[in-house]
Order: sequence, then structure tokens, then C-alpha cells
Amino acid sequence: MYIWHSLAAVIALAALGYLGGSVGALRTPFGIILPYAAITVFLAGLAWRVIRWARSPVPFRIPTTCGQQRSLAWIRCNRLDNPHTTLGVLGRMALEILLFRSLFRNTSAEIGADQRLTHSEQKFLWLGALAFHWSFLVIFLRHLRFFLDPVPGCVMALHRLDGFFQIGAPVLYATDVVILVALAYLLWRRIKDARVRYISLASDYFALFLLAGVAVAGVLMRYLTKVDILEIKRLAMGLVTFTPVVPDRAGPLFFVHLLLVSALLAWFPFSKLMHMAGVFLSPTRNLANNNRMKRHINPWNYPVPLHTYEEWEHEFRDKMVAAGLPLDKE
Amino acid sequence: MSEQAPKPEELVQIDYTPPRRNWMDPAVEFRKGTFCYSAAPKNVSYVGMPNPREWQPFDKDWKLPADWQRIILDGMKDRLDKYRSFRLFMDICVRCGACADKCHFYIGSGDPKNMPVLRAELIRSVYRRYFTAAGRLLGPLAGARDLTVDVLKEWFYYFYQCTECRRCSVFCPYGIDTAEVTMIGRELLNLVGCNINWVLEPAANCYRTGNHLGVQPHGFKDSMEFAAGDLAEITGVRANAPINKKGAEVLFVVPSADYFASPHYYTLLGYLLLLHEAGLDYTFSAFASEGGNFGLFSSHEMIKRLNAKVYSEARRLGVKWILGGECGHMWRVLHQYMDTMNGPADFLEVPVSPVTGTRFDHARSTKMIHICEFTADLIKHNKLKLDPSRNDHWTVTYHDSCNPARAMGLLEEPRYILRSVCNRFYEMPENTIREQTLCCGSGAGLGTDENLEMRLRGGFPRASAVRYVRDKCGVNLLACICAIDKATLPPLLEYWAPGVGVAGVHELVGNALVVRDEGERTTDLRGEPLKQKEEAATHA
Repeated sequence: MYIWHSLAAVIALAALGYLGGSVGALRTPFGIILPYAAITVFLAGLAWRVIRWARSPVPFRIPTTCGQQRSLAWIRCNRLDNPHTTLGVLGRMALEILLFRSLFRNTSAEIGADQRLTHSEQKFLWLGALAFHWSFLVIFLRHLRFFLDPVPGCVMALHRLDGFFQIGAPVLYATDVVILVALAYLLWRRIKDARVRYISLASDYFALFLLAGVAVAGVLMRYLTKVDILEIKRLAMGLVTFTPVVPDRAGPLFFVHLLLVSALLAWFPFSKLMHMAGVFLSPTRNLANNNRMKRHINPWNYPVPLHTYEEWEHEFRDKMVAAGLPLDKE
Repeated sequence: MSEQAPKPEELVQIDYTPPRRNWMDPAVEFRKGTFCYSAAPKNVSYVGMPNPREWQPFDKDWKLPADWQRIILDGMKDRLDKYRSFRLFMDICVRCGACADKCHFYIGSGDPKNMPVLRAELIRSVYRRYFTAAGRLLGPLAGARDLTVDVLKEWFYYFYQCTECRRCSVFCPYGIDTAEVTMIGRELLNLVGCNINWVLEPAANCYRTGNHLGVQPHGFKDSMEFAAGDLAEITGVRANAPINKKGAEVLFVVPSADYFASPHYYTLLGYLLLLHEAGLDYTFSAFASEGGNFGLFSSHEMIKRLNAKVYSEARRLGVKWILGGECGHMWRVLHQYMDTMNGPADFLEVPVSPVTGTRFDHARSTKMIHICEFTADLIKHNKLKLDPSRNDHWTVTYHDSCNPARAMGLLEEPRYILRSVCNRFYEMPENTIREQTLCCGSGAGLGTDENLEMRLRGGFPRASAVRYVRDKCGVNLLACICAIDKATLPPLLEYWAPGVGVAGVHELVGNALVVRDEGERTTDLRGEPLKQKEEAATHA
């Protein structure tokens, strides 16, 4: 039921962007003020959230160990899934962040006809998530060519690589296809899988629709309305050099794209999308399993009421004497 | 048992279709067999926890303190500031659902609120309502809901329907650990006096006498002497079980079930025989007569209070290092909490095996090693004479206990031991062992009889894998290193996979161990005739 709320919200945002691009008087607020406001909220919000997390201490070292510990010299330990060194932790985090190691383990549990439970490999969620995140990253980096002058060689190389298949004019980016397919899969899965639909909140759909909206608007203006690239570069360069110019010749579709991106940026720090930063801080993943090698300090460790040996001996003295157990205090 | 729970073929008919109603409307039915009874007031009072009173979960009125909401919300705020894990796990879940069918309670019950994601959402929804701007403004649209009595009841039901096994955390792309959420959830419930007796009574006993069952020092001594006597009868070897011996080299801490429950008891016999043969100068402590720690199932403060005796006894007795027996959650505390809470153990020495000279450098800070590490080292150095054929009446599989697997990574040591002491050892399917091991369904204080149906449901995934190797490989014994497993897997397997027994790894070590000057062994440690003897008798 939240699906429609979320879809309506994104359509409303897109319509607003269209309006901004169609009415001359709105071009400055929508083309300049809004992006600045959004990026400010994004940066400040991101910092605020991360600082809030960082201010809560990590009282205990609680890694989830997913492989053999380091113990006896002749037993081979798993340095990545159960790291006991900082290097191992860096490796584990890299696998987690770049390749979604944990999600790769995904299985699907089913009870068969013989009443036996099987856990079979299930890689689609991993694949869909990986495809989405990596294509998003490549698209983000590709966009740097609007914001940098001269454009660095690596950005241009990425741009050429992404258009490797040389289909159509302008050349079709592979990532444009991948991100739309991945988003469609993730949305389809959320709706079709009764379990995932049951746990989904409005914001889960909103995130998908918003990202899809950004991508669709971008794709449409690149391949369909063939937006004036130079005009957009002028606006982007103006924004990053703090000498903004009002974009006159960018069509309404560009404003849709811009508004949805602004919405994404502004909403980001207050949403689950913060997992982007949070994954780095997760104490079950970013700590070494060296608990017995090195003492972990809890900054708020406080004295607690105890039942001491002396009190215990005092309470059971007679019975201990009768049983012939040694006493500390005769 | 049969009168309380439905038949296995009925219980396995699990409907995974989520209900139509929104999960945010709290609705809990305390049905017999699916929940644990409340803590008796005397136990709550003994450990000084708030709001001791007579009440039961199925009562309409839970006799909460008048300002219970404020207490809970203050408690949440406090913990959000103290635990990065808690704050982070409230914020970053994307509800991808990868954790859903990883939970044994979800698989066994089909109740969507047993999906780890929703178990956490029960508390996240309250977090959003009171601690985030969006939740305050948008309410349900932002996934926020008010903290009502019904929500609290739901917390009680589902946080005492989680065994803190951490399996979901293995699969979560952000490592969100439901054990952490459940631990905090239970702490909050404790603040208003909503706890269960199966957790609080052992905790209170342990605080008073040193162990869960409340065995007093003279009783402890009797138990140990009785065990030594039994062992002498079976093996002809008189092994010592020293208690409170000052100046011993090693303090040996075991879960108390080892000396009062079965089949744990045979593991104790195995330890005694092994340590005798190894010639280790060790002592038990009648005060640190419990390594298990039910504080883990109530609050962090309680963990620390119950764990303190381990180091304090090591200091008082003047030992050099500490050895720990077979117990799952005990090892989570010893490995991940003890040093931080009650250390530093700078009065002890880095453990060194006096038999092999191996220095257990990986325990150089806590100074405490697991008996499987100790034994594996002995075997590797050929210090033990083993006759695995004495375990030939067993075809063995190994169940990784949750905590040694996912909070430590003790995977190969017990396997190495088992391969050395048994001739027939088979693994269960890949996705059900090691870090993906499935819980017994009765951990974290839920192993009580009134909760039997839920235990059978939660234990179904484990038992299903056991049944598979029983049918395929003829497995008739499940070995494990957890006291709760040993207590709760026998009835579970009798229900789902009859014909498979349960034993500790060191019971099998004890069977296979050829001790100097031993008499002829005709039975195993359980007093059951050995296979070759049986066959020899038939041939004769």
C-alpha cells in the first residue's frame, strides 16, 4: 500500500521539476538555489549522522566470525572472514564494501516434499545489488566530466569504456541499461516476494522510485530529447566555481533530473541510504577477532555490585568445614 | 512431550504466507508452548533488578510501573549513547530481507515477526517515533509507532523468541547483529521487570552459590568425587578432581551442567581422564563452579557481575592460567567480554601447555584457553594414546555451537579431535555447519519445558540436517561443545530425528583415550558395552 504513496511522491517531485524548467521565473530557484541547498543539507546531514554514530563508543569487541580463528600454529586460520589483524580487517571490509561478501552467502531455505529443509544458493539479490551499486558509481564518476575542466583522463577513459559497445548516437552507456534493469529487479523483488513486501516501508519504495526517476530522466534527456550538453556543463561549472549562471537552454526534462537528484541528496542523510556510510562503522565487521590477544577497552566500564569470595565463604563456612574444603579465613 | 506438542508431520506444515494485516499493529497471543514464564519475584529481588512481582505473560495486566514508558525511553536513549552497535543497527537496515529465512525460529514457525529484520523493526519503529524527526512528523508513513503496552508485550514475546545465535548477522550485508538488538531489547524489558524465570533463576543461583543450579560447595565436592568414583569403576584409573587447591598451575572452569546433567556428565568424565593422563596440575573452584553466564541473556551489567568470579578465583588460588570446558555462550563471554569487563589479567601468565610446551599466544591477554585447543595440541604432538575403535559403536557428526562458531571461530579444533578419536565422522550439509551452523533452538535461556513447541520449531532446521546424515550416513551420535545443546538436543532429536544421541567431544576423547595402567575397558564412559567386545563375545 505504501507503494502508491511513494510513487505519487516521486511523480509529484518530477512534475515540480518540470514546472521549474518550464517557467522562466523558476529557473533560478530550481537551477541554482535548490541544488546548493540540497548539497548543503547532504554534506551537513551526512557529517552530523556520522558524528552521531562515532560519538557512541564501541564498548565491546563483537566481530561476527565467519571462519576459522587464529589459534594453534598448525591450524590454518581464515584471515579474511575471521581476521585477527588490521590488514585482515581491511581485507574483510574491502570485500564487504566492494563485493558485498556477506550478501554473496545468501541462501534460500525451503521445506521439500520429504519434509527436509534445504538451503540452496541464492545469488540474485547479490547480483542485483552489485549491479545497481557499481553502475551507480560509474555513472556518478562519469558525471564528473560536467564538473571538471579540463576533464581528467581517467574520467574520459571511463566514459569510453562505458560506451564500449558503440551502439547508437549518442553512444549507449552500458551502465544506463544495467542500472535500470537492476532497479527494476530490486523493485520487482520487493513487490513480488511476499515476505519482502511485508517488511517494506514507504521509504523503501521511495528510495527505489526516486533512484529510478533520476535514471529515467537522465536517460530520456540523453537519448531522446538530446539535451544541450554544453549548456549543462556551463551550469555545472558555474555551480562548482560558485559563479552560477541561470541555464536558459536546458529543457524541462533536465530540471526534472536536477530536482530528483536534489531530492535524493537532501533526503539521503535522513534515510536508510545512510548504510553507505554506516557499513564502514559496523562493529561486527570492522573489528579484528583478536579478543584474547589484546584487551579491548570499554570507556564506560563501571564497577558493579559483586558477590565476593569472602562473602561466599562466610555464607557456606559450616558446610565447607564439614566437607573438608579449605577456608581462607579460619 | 507428546501431549504438549503436535506430531512432527503436523508441526512441519508451516505456512510462510504473511498475514494481511500490517505488522505495525501489535498483536501477540501467548499460546501455551510458545513462550516462557515470568521470573519469580525472589529471583528478581536477589539480583536487585527492578519491579519484582507476581505476574505472567498471559495476564492482561502486567503490573508495570506507572512511568514505564519514560523508563524504557530513557533506557533507550542511554543505550543509544553507549553502544554504537545499537545506534547504527537502528539506522542502517535497508530491509533487503536477506536475513529472513536464516533464522531458525522463522523457518520453524513461519511467523514473519521472527524474521530478524522484523524482530529488529519492533524496536526500530519505536526508535523512529521518539528519536528521529521523520518518525515524529510522519508516524506510520515513516515506519514509526507509539510505545504502547501491546508493543511492549510484542517485545517480550519476540525478544524471548531469539536465541542470540547471530546466524542472521553472517548474512547481513552490514553485519547487523540481532543478538545485539535482542540483548538491548531484553535489557529494556528488564528495566520494567519483564524477565523470564529460566534466565533469572540460574542468574540468581549463580550469583549466590557460583553456579546455575545453586549447588553449594559441599555438593560440588560430592559431585566431583562421585564422578571420580564412577570413572575409577569404568576405567580402573583413579583420577583426581582437586577443588580450591591453591598454587595449582591451572584453574579449570566448566559449565555446571557438566556435573549435574546428562549427557554432560560423560564429558566431565572425559575431562577428568584426559587431565589425569596429561598430568596437568589443575584445580576446580567451588565458587567459580560455573562458566556459563546467564547474564548474557539479561543485561551487560549482569554478565560482568557473574563473570567476575573467574578472574578473582584465578587470582585467589594463584594459578598461572585458566582452562575452560565445553560450553557455547560461556565462551562468547570468555572470548568477547571477560577481558574488557573484568580484566586485565596481568596477574596471570600466557598459557603454556606443560605437556607439549606449546605457548597459546592467541590467548596472551585473557590467559584463558578452550579445552578443545588444549586437547588438539596434545593430539597433534602425539602425547595421547588413542584407540578410536572404542567409539566404533558411534557414527558421529559434529554440530557447531553458535557462539564458538560465530563469536570466536573455533571450528577446526573440535573436528581435528573428532577425526582422531572416532573412525566414522560425517559432516552435515555445507550450509548448516561452521559459521552457518543452525541453533538448537533453545539457547539464550529459552530451553524451558513450557516453551517446548517453540523450541521444537526453532530446532527443526538443525534437526533436519541431522536427520539427513542419519539417513544418508547412518549417523547415530551428534557431538557438540555446548552445555545447552547437550541439554536440549536430545529431546529435539528424539522428536525430529529419533535414533541420534548427543555427546560432548570430550566424552568421545575419554572413550578413545588409552590411559597408562588402565584396566581392560569393556564399556564406554556411559557404561554401554564397546562394539569390538560385543563382537568378540558373539564370535566366541
